[in-house]
Amino acid sequence: MYGGGYIQEEKQEATSPIDDAQKLAEFEARIDRGEKIEPHDWMPADYRKQLIRMIEQHAHSEVIGALPEGTWITRAPGFRRKLALIAKVQDEIGHAHLLYSAAETLGKSREQMINDLLTGKSKYSNVFNYPAKTWADVTVIGFLIDAGAIVNQVANSKGSYGPYCRALERICYEESFHLKQGHDAFITLATGTKAQHDMLQDALNRWWKPIMHFHGPPDKISEHTAKLMRWKVKMATNDDMRNQFLDMYVPKILEIGITIPDPNLKKNEATGQWEFSDPDWDEFKRVINGDGPCNAERLAVRQYVEEHGKWVRTAMMNPNQKVVIPFA
Amino acid sequence: MSKIPLNTPVLDPRIKRVDLESTYGTTAIGENEHWISWEVFHQKKRGDQHVHVGIVHAPDAQLALLFAKEQFGRRLACVNLWVTKSSDIFSFSYDDEDIFDNATAPEKQYREASGFRVMEKINRYKKSKQKA
Ligand SMILES: [Fe+2]
Ligand SMILES: [Fe+2]
Repeated sequence: MYGGGYIQEEKQEATSPIDDAQKLAEFEARIDRGEKIEPHDWMPADYRKQLIRMIEQHAHSEVIGALPEGTWITRAPGFRRKLALIAKVQDEIGHAHLLYSAAETLGKSREQMINDLLTGKSKYSNVFNYPAKTWADVTVIGFLIDAGAIVNQVANSKGSYGPYCRALERICYEESFHLKQGHDAFITLATGTKAQHDMLQDALNRWWKPIMHFHGPPDKISEHTAKLMRWKVKMATNDDMRNQFLDMYVPKILEIGITIPDPNLKKNEATGQWEFSDPDWDEFKRVINGDGPCNAERLAVRQYVEEHGKWVRTAMMNPNQKVVIPFA
Repeated sequence: MSKIPLNTPVLDPRIKRVDLESTYGTTAIGENEHWISWEVFHQKKRGDQHVHVGIVHAPDAQLALLFAKEQFGRRLACVNLWVTKSSDIFSFSYDDEDIFDNATAPEKQYREASGFRVMEKINRYKKSKQKA
């Protein structure tokens, strides 16, 4: 029986390698049967580690992703767009909470995760290191970045870890509104005045590279994908997700008279694969390692907010309460 | 000179107004600073069961309810929420999952409506009547 204060340390019982081999076989058989893994189940240390890393990064992306959009709430054109943007930004922060909770069930505390974000130890989605210069940037983010995220999240919601799947199901439901409001704003600019159309085209030109980076480096240069896919931590390869994204959204961009700034972008009908220019993976690496246009600002804003909210949190804190790992 | 290595000027007028420098690189969240966790149960409409939907962190039950309302009651129908401390939930271990196996075992069919075939018996009786 578990209860009354499940503490992670207690779970890390010493096991012999032979026990582990049998447990690993049972664990993998469960995943093969399509059953979910729950927080208190035995799991390989690497499964736990990779899931924490992935869910934590996902949570950080929701928090940091709200910054470029949050910036535009006061300047969104019109009352309805403002309301929609407020609702969307609140959803994204809610997604972060859901994801932090899922990651916490694996034994890393929320405080540790946030500290790792603030020090730059944990990463978040690279696209949010780029600035939202105009309203059209917010439109591109709301439509195409959210679309990219949905491809990823729908795939992952069929993964093997119960709490992550449950969080993603709720998230995907809300994302359908994000995508629709983004698409609506995108069409409005694309089919509006010349100034609106040009502003959108300019934003898409600047965002195309980060969009192509969104699903991560090509499969041939990304590591340990095979084991993660067998364990259903990763449900599709980076290239597959990017391809699926292009399949779904390139037509939606072109049909309203916006062009894509890559003369080599085309679908190879024989292979079903999209072909495109190298989106500059060196830039991707540089930016993810801290040297992007907005990395420093994003972290500075997070630090400012945490620091200025600290007195409220500590005033309400009950020092006798012990943190326990959430149940599910 | 700025402590913050900004590669682009800050664009957000609200962020420009605050002194980001004052806190840059200093913040660390203390142990327990984000409070304890609470399990949240959501009731869609009167008459339904409350269903577990996730957790919130809060220092006490009142704030846990408030956060639960924001997180789990701002979309989709809801008439009521419960919260309880995660540490007050007790559960079986999945290692003992097999203790529930006999709930659906075939030899327990005598406890199910489907374990009784009355029509067969009625038909057999009617047939034998016709012959007679
Ligand atoms: Fe989100
Ligand atoms: Fe979103």
